[in-house]
Amino acid sequence: MTEYSTQELMIIAAARQIQDGERIFVGMRLPITAYGVARLTHAPNAVGLFESGVARYEPADGMLYTMCDGPNQLGAAWTTGLIQIMGLLSGGRVHAGFIGGAEVDRYGNINTSYIGDTENPKVKLPGSGGAPDIAAMAERLVIIINHQKHRLVEKVDFITSPGFLDGGDARTKAGLPGGGPAVLITDRAILQPYGPTNEFHLASIHPGHTLEEVVQNTGWALKSVPDVAQTPPPTKEEMDALHHIDKEGFWRS
Amino acid sequence: MGERAINNHKLTSLAAAIATYVQDGAAIVLGAALENAVPFAATHELIRQGRRNLNMIAPISDISTDMLIGAGCVAEVTGAWVGNVSGGMGHNFRRAAEHGLPHPIKINDYSNFSIGMAFFAGAYGLPYIPVKSILGSDILKSNQKIKLAKDPFSGEPVALVPALKPDVAFLVVQRADCDGNSHIWGSTGLTQEASIAANKIIVLADEIVEPEVIASDPSRVLIPGFGVDAVCHVPAACHPAPLIGKWKRDNSFFHDYHKETRDPADFARWCDEWVRDLPDHAAYRAKLGGQLEELRVLGDAPSAPANYATE
Repeated sequence: MTEYSTQELMIIAAARQIQDGERIFVGMRLPITAYGVARLTHAPNAVGLFESGVARYEPADGMLYTMCDGPNQLGAAWTTGLIQIMGLLSGGRVHAGFIGGAEVDRYGNINTSYIGDTENPKVKLPGSGGAPDIAAMAERLVIIINHQKHRLVEKVDFITSPGFLDGGDARTKAGLPGGGPAVLITDRAILQPYGPTNEFHLASIHPGHTLEEVVQNTGWALKSVPDVAQTPPPTKEEMDALHHIDKEGFWRS
Repeated sequence: MGERAINNHKLTSLAAAIATYVQDGAAIVLGAALENAVPFAATHELIRQGRRNLNMIAPISDISTDMLIGAGCVAEVTGAWVGNVSGGMGHNFRRAAEHGLPHPIKINDYSNFSIGMAFFAGAYGLPYIPVKSILGSDILKSNQKIKLAKDPFSGEPVALVPALKPDVAFLVVQRADCDGNSHIWGSTGLTQEASIAANKIIVLADEIVEPEVIASDPSRVLIPGFGVDAVCHVPAACHPAPLIGKWKRDNSFFHDYHKETRDPADFARWCDEWVRDLPDHAAYRAKLGGQLEELRVLGDAPSAPANYATE
């Protein structure tokens, strides 16, 4: 059996969300590695988009601390401006985007702005970056977050990036063109919107984790889809690709 | 070829450019490219000259905004993200937003695309611009300047974002001539829209070259010299951010800043050591010494020349 860490399983679960030939809004940190793994395995024709103004075919060769670093620009398909790249999103030409956050709620709304009151915050988080734009406009959104009760909450204090808002058809009524969050990947499980409310339900549990543990670490009364799966462990091919992309193990530790 | 009039009077020191063009209370773009080409040399000089009540306008400018807040220069932050891209949160930004230290700041929330379109409107004379990508976000509640409206054509909801017109934009470029004609390569974020929207442009050139070098490739010019007010020759003005083909990112510097600015006294010490006690950016480069030399890009990956011949 292939040895892997939880972080590595999260990256590979994220990589599996990328379909071949898709234009993907990659962003920073873990999804950069996920994009690389997808390109080297099942999605050799995916295109990676970075809001600073970069489009790439091949994953970058070299360590990326940020999307703006030299290795992400050398050999790029396009280096341009933010409006040109995010304009692809706004124009409805991006299949999927990845974002993380400090808090996510049962309808997939994400907070990266304020914990507590907006005027008088308990914690001022760094803010939105391009996340609301991705959440609003991508055909589907992949959310990656650590599975803790204070992170998966009943209701976020501030909706930086919209999921299904109050659930049901609230998102469509608000005029949001993109399809919204399709999957929430944590270090314990995979959650997906289910049924007419679009509430996030447990869809798959990572190997070594239990239903009880997942429920206990979720801030709302977590329901399950009818047939909860076990997340398939990484294959040798996926792990080889991951080690090739993240040679130093920087994003896996 | 005809002779071009060469204008030398724009070439000046960064200290003189800031003294001339940046007043207290000014709205400033400092770092529109996101994480590369951040004009940290200008950040330092604004702190040294003790500018106050600035409105810092940028999508993301890494730790530059955090430094200016900690040094007491900032009254307003207009942007999408303030923090430390390597280390996480910016301690000074948090202190100001949560506890009003060293003094309170007003935060005008935007997303990256909506602030980009606000610059676009500012650059091209549109009073506002309709944007869909912040629908559903509480940014519509926290930023009172953005209005939710109905698209008069489709009846669909749309967010109206007013034009942003900064007073001064600082730009780090790989090379410029002394008239401010500048070549930039690599991703540029909102550099173009923010600069055109701004009333004054100050260029920080890593290298000053002969006008013929720039004129040989006009497609690589992001901002022509006729729009530029001052040109400053400041090598590694971007440090610790990268500049494509010139300087790599000094990632450990960002982590050290995060560790060394946890409380106000720590930040004051950091700011004395790296900014206030140094007379200018040349002294900053000298202090970095070998650490900076290790970040210099030494490799060679030139683009193929483009032929502009007419016959």
